[in-house]
Amino acid sequence: MVKRLAALDENKCIGCMECMFACSRRVGRGGFDKSAISVRSAGGIERGFVIVVCRACKNPPCAKVCPTEALKERKGGGVILDEDTCIGCGFCVQACIMGAIFWDNERNKPIVCKYCGNCADYCVHDVIGLVELEADAYLVRVGD
Amino acid sequence: MKAKDMNRVLYVDLTKKDVKMEDRTDLFDNYLGGSGVAIKLLEEECPKGADPLSASNPIIFAVGPLTALYPSASKTVAMFKSPLTGNLGESHCGGRSAMAIKLAGYGAMVIKGASDIPVYLAIHGDDVKFRDASAIWGVEAQTVGRILREVEKGTGVRTIIRIGRAGEKLVRYACAVCETYRHFGRLGVGAVMGSKKLKALVISADKSVELPKAKRKEYKQVFDEIQDVVVKTDAMEKYHDLGTSGKIYDLNKIGGMAYKNLESASAPEEIARELSGENFAEKLLSRRVACSQCPVGCIHLASLREMYEPGYYFKTTTIVYDNEPIWATGFMLGLKRAEDCLRLIDTVDRVGMDVMSTGVILSWATEAYEKGIITNEHTDGLEFKWGDVQVYSDAITKIVEMQNDFYQNLARGVEHASSVYGGQDYALAFGGNEMPEYHTGIACYVNNLTGARHSHLDSAGYDLDQKLLGKEFTIEEVVEKLLEEEEWRQILSSLVVCFFARKVYTPEITLKALDAIGIENWTAEKLEDLGRVIHRAKMDFKFREGFDLSKLRIPKRIFEVPTPHGLLKEEDLRKAIEIYKAKIGRG
Repeated sequence: MVKRLAALDENKCIGCMECMFACSRRVGRGGFDKSAISVRSAGGIERGFVIVVCRACKNPPCAKVCPTEALKERKGGGVILDEDTCIGCGFCVQACIMGAIFWDNERNKPIVCKYCGNCADYCVHDVIGLVELEADAYLVRVGD
Repeated sequence: MKAKDMNRVLYVDLTKKDVKMEDRTDLFDNYLGGSGVAIKLLEEECPKGADPLSASNPIIFAVGPLTALYPSASKTVAMFKSPLTGNLGESHCGGRSAMAIKLAGYGAMVIKGASDIPVYLAIHGDDVKFRDASAIWGVEAQTVGRILREVEKGTGVRTIIRIGRAGEKLVRYACAVCETYRHFGRLGVGAVMGSKKLKALVISADKSVELPKAKRKEYKQVFDEIQDVVVKTDAMEKYHDLGTSGKIYDLNKIGGMAYKNLESASAPEEIARELSGENFAEKLLSRRVACSQCPVGCIHLASLREMYEPGYYFKTTTIVYDNEPIWATGFMLGLKRAEDCLRLIDTVDRVGMDVMSTGVILSWATEAYEKGIITNEHTDGLEFKWGDVQVYSDAITKIVEMQNDFYQNLARGVEHASSVYGGQDYALAFGGNEMPEYHTGIACYVNNLTGARHSHLDSAGYDLDQKLLGKEFTIEEVVEKLLEEEEWRQILSSLVVCFFARKVYTPEITLKALDAIGIENWTAEKLEDLGRVIHRAKMDFKFREGFDLSKLRIPKRIFEVPTPHGLLKEEDLRKAIEIYKAKIGRG
């Protein structure tokens, strides 16, 4: 079954950013400028945190605006990026109203979640996790 | 940015509104980062005898090699000359500060000079701007954060370090507030910022640390090993569940906590229950949050819902609480309700003062008022009374506004105020810094007196006292253990890791962690030596600025109230100081 990353319970998020660090660690970086997930306060820490990550939409708007078809719809939902084909126009970033397409300034390419779940392995408070994409990818879960 | 290229120092000259960046690999190679590099930069930048509130006093912010790379390496060290003690000032803070400084591309920042107009610094990676802060001068610390959040970029990956009114007005124990709920709390860095007309720093990350290819596998392994220990040690449970306030009830129960200006060393049972971490969590806790890259999440936020006007007008305020603020307000000032502690902590946070110093100063003032050496004439009509949260709140406002001589003197700390009005026997400051809560035995006071910052975190004497309960020991052993602890803590604060993770970062783990990011050639012996070198460098700075171990004032009160080890004797403490002097080569 195809999986995606999901915010399971944002209320438990403590804003430690471990998920963001874990994502960039995959490519040997300390930091998060290569990360496909972002956590920010919901307008002041007292209001809790917002987790921004690709929710693997069906019929994804980001893929629809890609002029070179570098972003292709993944079977079951979400997208796959072919970096060689990408010209770095940034249309995908504008098309994603979730803000879930990040940008690699060094390489001038988008950063999109690969649904690998590495970040979730480091979330000790069980805020995020991989979930199976069901037939209806529009299903809204708690915390989405 | 490569792991080894994290040695850049940002120099900001507020007088000339000028910046430069310099590679200081020379310092980072030899002193790691954090406290080690900061004391060296302070030596370079702070002229002998500098007035702490003059342009010549620099503020150093430093992070370390482990920052943004390992769990709980989440702290920034601030170093400066303290306007409270007139000597070495050092204060640590978490929040997002360390991550932001490191990933903006700096190992340290040196803030020099003084601006002619209020400014704030917007540091977005290499882009450093001076911005006019006239519009936010006079604005409370929390609101400044809200405003700057909206006008500056870097959402989620930045720190906002700012001062409140207390810093602007040069209250000697003003703090700098970071991410609304964290503080560079002790020793008055907020006043130093105020003297420079520096209202805030916004620093945002735009880089990452590139690890050497050959090391990536090793780095991931070491990271996982450390993460595993952090998550599984008792630190996780201890600090995430109840937070630092989890120890309040027990400490009070053993009679090791100053109550009402150390009138006794424990509060009545019902007060201890009311002000315990358990009660705060059950009644008021609303959210737990973390510093960057720390899975523990020890920061505890409370929600206080209050009616402020009839007709169903309510306000709900989020207030951060910890062990020390609860003690400084609740125990020292005899407050009876947890909600009262929160109200007072909120007042202190808004003006931006060190809550520990504030509590000790107000408790001295209350006792002095009771004893009649302070009168209504001094207090401008305020009747200081244990438990009266409104009076204390009003007093804090008057301290910040410094509307008469009395409040001006209170704004200079309890050492100074008691030198003017008397009552030194119960003015609970050590080395010029107001005491922490502990009345646990001889070790906590040797710590307060000899520690480079006169902070309980210098050598954790309170912890040693509790470990020694029921055991036989000599004063020599106590001093030895404290010195050893203080020296090792120099390494922790140079890496820079949070002291709550001190059990995780053993010498062995530290070496592994450094090696895995390409910082090689360290050994356990070299680390131990460096701890001593940094500690002595701090002491050298202190002696250069007139510190004298033989002339330390010890308030008589601490000998009049039994500790869990019984009554302390002044001669024993003096003896401990002499031993300490000899051990650091100043005998």
